[in-house]
Amino acid sequence: MGILDYLLKKTKPTSSASVAKERLQIIVAHERSHRGQPDYLPLMQQEILEVIRKYVEIDQDQVSVQVDNADDCSVLELNITLPER
Amino acid sequence: MAKIIVVTSGKGGVGKTTSSAAISTGLALRGHKTVVIDFDVGLRNLDLIMGCERRVVYDFVNVINKEASLKQALIKDKRTDGLFILPASQTRDKDALTHEGVEAVLDELAKDFDYIICDSPAGIEQGAQMALYFAEEAIVVTNPEVSSVRDSDRILGILQSKSRMAEQGKAVKEHLLLTRYNPTRVASAEMLSVADVEEILAIPLLGVIPESEAVLKASNQGAPVILDTESQAGQAYEDAVSRLLGDEVEHRFLEQTQKGFFKRLLGGK
Repeated sequence: MGILDYLLKKTKPTSSASVAKERLQIIVAHERSHRGQPDYLPLMQQEILEVIRKYVEIDQDQVSVQVDNADDCSVLELNITLPER
Repeated sequence: MAKIIVVTSGKGGVGKTTSSAAISTGLALRGHKTVVIDFDVGLRNLDLIMGCERRVVYDFVNVINKEASLKQALIKDKRTDGLFILPASQTRDKDALTHEGVEAVLDELAKDFDYIICDSPAGIEQGAQMALYFAEEAIVVTNPEVSSVRDSDRILGILQSKSRMAEQGKAVKEHLLLTRYNPTRVASAEMLSVADVEEILAIPLLGVIPESEAVLKASNQGAPVILDTESQAGQAYEDAVSRLLGDEVEHRFLEQTQKGFFKRLLGGK
């Protein structure tokens, strides 16, 4: 087991810096997309999710709620991916 | 009219105060009358880094509350001409800084100074928001490390939405200052590279300060590290000040200083 681990490590050297970069790119992009949005959004997303779950089984990441601010109006965008039947 | 620059980061311990001290000293050394303000009310440390901790009589909050005049509170730097320090209060909490109060002090300083450097506290609370609100330019101090980069991105979001410039529909000029950079660890892919951080944060690079023993030595002695002209960190801050003033200077100290494998193989120590 120890030798196997060693060999696997040898053949697949993923540098910790590249792991860090990849993780950062994902989290930063995620946080930027939520920037400037109202504070009530996460809670609202949670409640919407619960309502939908009464009828269909879906995951947290299948619902996205976003507010876009155009000139003088705000648009609430709701994106729900339903599972295939 | 003075230019207001905030030194900020979100995360603590990345080198905001060290950078504020070095950059303000560098600006003053080049003949620009500069004041550096400590916004970290309750946890002041700029005075220690600048080596004037025993000369603090009145502070920023005293001036805001009109318990002292600016002239009484400003500490004239003993080493560098044209450099003044406005220390933070050690006893009051961060809510002591009000918008109106800070604005009045900055307006008065703007009459006499070329540069006003605001040393922000860590975090994104009142003190940090107050430090960045009036800034025209921001130096975002970042370590090549995940939590620091993420927090820098967060503070950039705040600069773009909650600063006075943003409220006026203008953009704060952003600068990335990468500190505690270790080229050897970058070479062995154990540390994020300059290019990695630049790619993620997507703001112009002001400077890269290599991790250096000179920084601790400087803070031990209470002399800004830029005065240690022999040290790499001191020289890197010099370069950063030049770039801040608009000069184009090539980045140094990005590569390992150790001798390469072949050089070692071929002899020489």
